[in-house]
Amino acid sequence: MTKEECQQIVLDIIAEIAPDEELTGIKPEVRLRDQLDLDSMDFLDIVMELRKKHGIEVPEEDYPQLASLESCAEYLTPKFNAVNA
Amino acid sequence: MAGNSSHFDTVIIGCGMAGLAAGIRLAMYDRSVLILERHNAPGGLNSFYSFEGRRFDVGLHAVTNYVDPGAKGTPLVKLLRQLRIPREALELAPQRSSRIAFPGVDLRFTNTISVLEGEIERAFPHEIDRFRALRAAVLAHDEFDLSAPAVSGRQRVGEYLSDPLLVEMLFCPIMYYGSARENDIDWDQFVIMWKALFEEGFGRPLEGVRVIIRALLQRYRDVGGKRRMKCGVRRIVADGDRATALELDDGTTITAEQIISTAGIVETLRLCSDREPAVAQANIGRLSFVETITVLDQPPAALGWDETIVFFNDHPRFIYERPREEVDLRSGVICFPNNYLYPDDAALPEGLFRVTAMADYAYWKNLPEELYQERKKYWYEKLQASAQRFLPPLAAGDLAAHARFVDMFTPRTVEKFTGHLDGAIYGAASKVKDGRTHLENVFIAGTDQGFLGIVGAMLSGISMANLHVLKGG
Repeated sequence: MTKEECQQIVLDIIAEIAPDEELTGIKPEVRLRDQLDLDSMDFLDIVMELRKKHGIEVPEEDYPQLASLESCAEYLTPKFNAVNA
Repeated sequence: MAGNSSHFDTVIIGCGMAGLAAGIRLAMYDRSVLILERHNAPGGLNSFYSFEGRRFDVGLHAVTNYVDPGAKGTPLVKLLRQLRIPREALELAPQRSSRIAFPGVDLRFTNTISVLEGEIERAFPHEIDRFRALRAAVLAHDEFDLSAPAVSGRQRVGEYLSDPLLVEMLFCPIMYYGSARENDIDWDQFVIMWKALFEEGFGRPLEGVRVIIRALLQRYRDVGGKRRMKCGVRRIVADGDRATALELDDGTTITAEQIISTAGIVETLRLCSDREPAVAQANIGRLSFVETITVLDQPPAALGWDETIVFFNDHPRFIYERPREEVDLRSGVICFPNNYLYPDDAALPEGLFRVTAMADYAYWKNLPEELYQERKKYWYEKLQASAQRFLPPLAAGDLAAHARFVDMFTPRTVEKFTGHLDGAIYGAASKVKDGRTHLENVFIAGTDQGFLGIVGAMLSGISMANLHVLKGG
């Protein structure tokens, strides 16, 4: 799992959660909340989908790690690799 | 999720808006969920019924929090996202135009706030700057901050506005749609209602609330949720800090890790085996209503009645409290379900004219059966006359000449079909914002958790499911 693949997985989840959001041109280094209309309920669903679809657990204290696509990839790629190992 | 049909991850009491929304969230994320409903029909306080081939809504005048397609970040949009239900499934059509009617002053409003602002500029020119400041304060307030302490709405609004009549006129629709407290409302609730009624607005599906219920039921079914109708809960068995089982009306027992009850806080406490039968008496809501429904032989607009909702009051001061008489005729709410902008000029099959007013639960509950029907007839006539003071007069004939059918419900009806004590449709006076009870695995959602209206109830179910089950799980 590369960081780019991981970012795409997160984008796919966001596309499912918020189908009315325009996702092309999202900057990975900018906070997602500053580019999209996402609130804490949407972030909860990102966490729920990561668990449901990919078996990945994100404890509540780690939610800030999901702030941008880049930080998502930093945080989640090792977890993906651990699950698939 | 499969297997033992007497144990579930979560049991939800009540198949209304809050219960279904909570159930959808939990089933979406693979919790085993069972919704229990005492009535044979879903919808709770916002249910529907048929009589002699006609279809009626129980509670729905309007879905507040209506926004046009493309709006972002509003409660309606958030809940559609959370439930993964497409907007089109709710089939909401916007209102035409509504009004607040006090002696000598009318304030029109639509789903566009500039109309109300223009009306205030016209009718209360000396208050327009203060109104704009109040509006800015409303927009700046985070009403979903569950930790904020309660502040009186009247007190806070009084810090901005100085014309008492304008204050009363703004409080009238906000209280009616609705406050569980007499004569005042928490500032948080005031903000929620202001946004729902004035910043957002009113909508309605052509076929009424059943469209919304159908969409929720379909989604709930699609994500694997289970429900049992005509299956009431008799007792929540408490053991120390936890609920360990639910005893049903039919004598059987089921178990659950968590319980989310939408029956109301007092109603739920009274189900708990570790609480006295008359617990929390003081928190039972004091506001209940009568509502008349008249089926007309024409669309209301053909009779000169082309507005959607009219909130009326015949005094400068708006009194919102349990009346000392059976019905309080000083104020009320008129609703014409026909007067929404339905697509492609679709129309309801018949004209409908609804009038709501405050009523004294005790009187209606204690009426002997032989007098109940007679008093309904008496108050029906009084209520139509009262409401017509604030409508354009009929060109020809009186209302009776145009009425094909009449129905009326009282606080007794509401209590009978929903179980909500004293027929209090807006629930308990003190809300439980965090949804917690004295039992660590029993939570409440719905109107007693504090989010109001159909959209509010759904958001409440979603929020409480998210907070107490999904996040914790």
